[in-house]
Amino acid sequence: MLINKPNDIRPSEITDKTVYKQRRRFLQGAGALLGVTATGGLMALGTPPRDLQGNKIFKDLPRGIASIDGPLTDYEDATTYNNFYELGVGKSGPAENAALFKTDPWSVTVAGECEKPGTLTLEDFLKPHALEERIYRLRCVETWSMVIPWVGFSLGDALKRFQPTRDAKFVIFETLFDPDRLVMQNFDLLDWPYQEGLRIDEAMHPLTTLAIGMYGEVLPKQNGAPLRLVVPWKYGFKSIKSIVSIKFSKARPKTTWSDLQPEEYGFYANVNPDVSHPRWSQKRERPLGEWFKKDTLLFNGYAEQVAGLYKGMDLKKHY
Amino acid sequence: MFVLLLMPALALLVMDLGANPVETITHHTGDWALRILLLTLAITPLRKLTGWREWVRLRRMFGLYSFFYVLLHLLTYLVLDRELRIGGVWEDIIERPYITIGFTAFLMLIPLAVTSTDGMVRRLGRNWARLHMLVYPATLCAVLHFLWLVKADLREPLAYMGLFALLMLLRAPIPLWRKSR
Repeated sequence: MLINKPNDIRPSEITDKTVYKQRRRFLQGAGALLGVTATGGLMALGTPPRDLQGNKIFKDLPRGIASIDGPLTDYEDATTYNNFYELGVGKSGPAENAALFKTDPWSVTVAGECEKPGTLTLEDFLKPHALEERIYRLRCVETWSMVIPWVGFSLGDALKRFQPTRDAKFVIFETLFDPDRLVMQNFDLLDWPYQEGLRIDEAMHPLTTLAIGMYGEVLPKQNGAPLRLVVPWKYGFKSIKSIVSIKFSKARPKTTWSDLQPEEYGFYANVNPDVSHPRWSQKRERPLGEWFKKDTLLFNGYAEQVAGLYKGMDLKKHY
Repeated sequence: MFVLLLMPALALLVMDLGANPVETITHHTGDWALRILLLTLAITPLRKLTGWREWVRLRRMFGLYSFFYVLLHLLTYLVLDRELRIGGVWEDIIERPYITIGFTAFLMLIPLAVTSTDGMVRRLGRNWARLHMLVYPATLCAVLHFLWLVKADLREPLAYMGLFALLMLLRAPIPLWRKSR
């Protein structure tokens, strides 16, 4: 006869379901980050990474704020047509050179005008945050656009943990500088490392996203693994990739493209069909994979959420 | 050679146009227009270096092929990129230097293509050669068109600029070249 021992786990020890789910999601994410590092070199381009059962890595995530319904850009288009000068200057270069870019281990340093600065491993940096699926339009200043289902959370939630002081007026981000892994940093193309910045209220806006995945998968390297910014109402170059440093600052920072060609790329870089760019009319855009263009929307269609941030500002002057 | 120069155009029908097909076609036709234009300019130095006079017979075909790719390039821009909106094209020509100079190159190439027939060569006589000097500023404009549209990585357009400079240098009245003529 089988003698069952009484269940000696007290009810209070059973993890609350939501906490459990969050932990699970985090573990899935962490596992996925490791898994991709191990198999990254073998993956064929254009094929999303899957776990051993062939399932998506991030499943059943809640929808994030202001998510749209698509249609989504093809995964292959979104992962083989990229601007990431650190890995290649053409559109296909970043995907081709991605294998050299090892993203594990990874850490993020938070510094500047805040009470709790520090350097955290990526795992620790991500730990407290519940992931969401955030389906946003992405509009490049070069007049092409995508719709991408990001996996991430609000940047503001992460920033609050470091307790920015009243002097924190801006947030500055930096991409990794390591010419061995980001091969184009061996060339004098841009003023490395890539640097971007947001006003603190832009950074704290719930639409402003830190992403670690897309299409239910871990971020491919050419798309800015392991941690990138997504600011859906601004031109794509604001959404800095492969972030290692976040700094709170009193003064408005230099930002890479704006510094290189200030008359072409502004600090704000809000999507605006009425502000013409010296190279491209911004009135219309071409969704990737399509032959025909469509009209570009003010703030990339997020005016309802973000127009208030710029009340009283001349958007033609502060482009 | 005739078939060879047609290959880049035929390639468009079979190649993978990628995520942004209109951009791929625009770049492909533009690249080949410029390459073949520079090849056209290489004919005279090649003739001088090798002493083989038959090169000149290829020159007209090269020049016309370059113009053919220029037309494809321009049509792609007008139809697929600007969607035949004349206002947008006009704004580009006025406000965007790389379009202004690219369009200038196109305008300079038109009379050269029109006067490429044997009849025209005969009719224009000495003026034909004078008119066709336009190919030099046209090529310079074409290279600048490329140089000015690139955002940060200037290596490729600068390589074309270097090639153009070399081809012009080979035309300089240096005694060495004179002798072998």
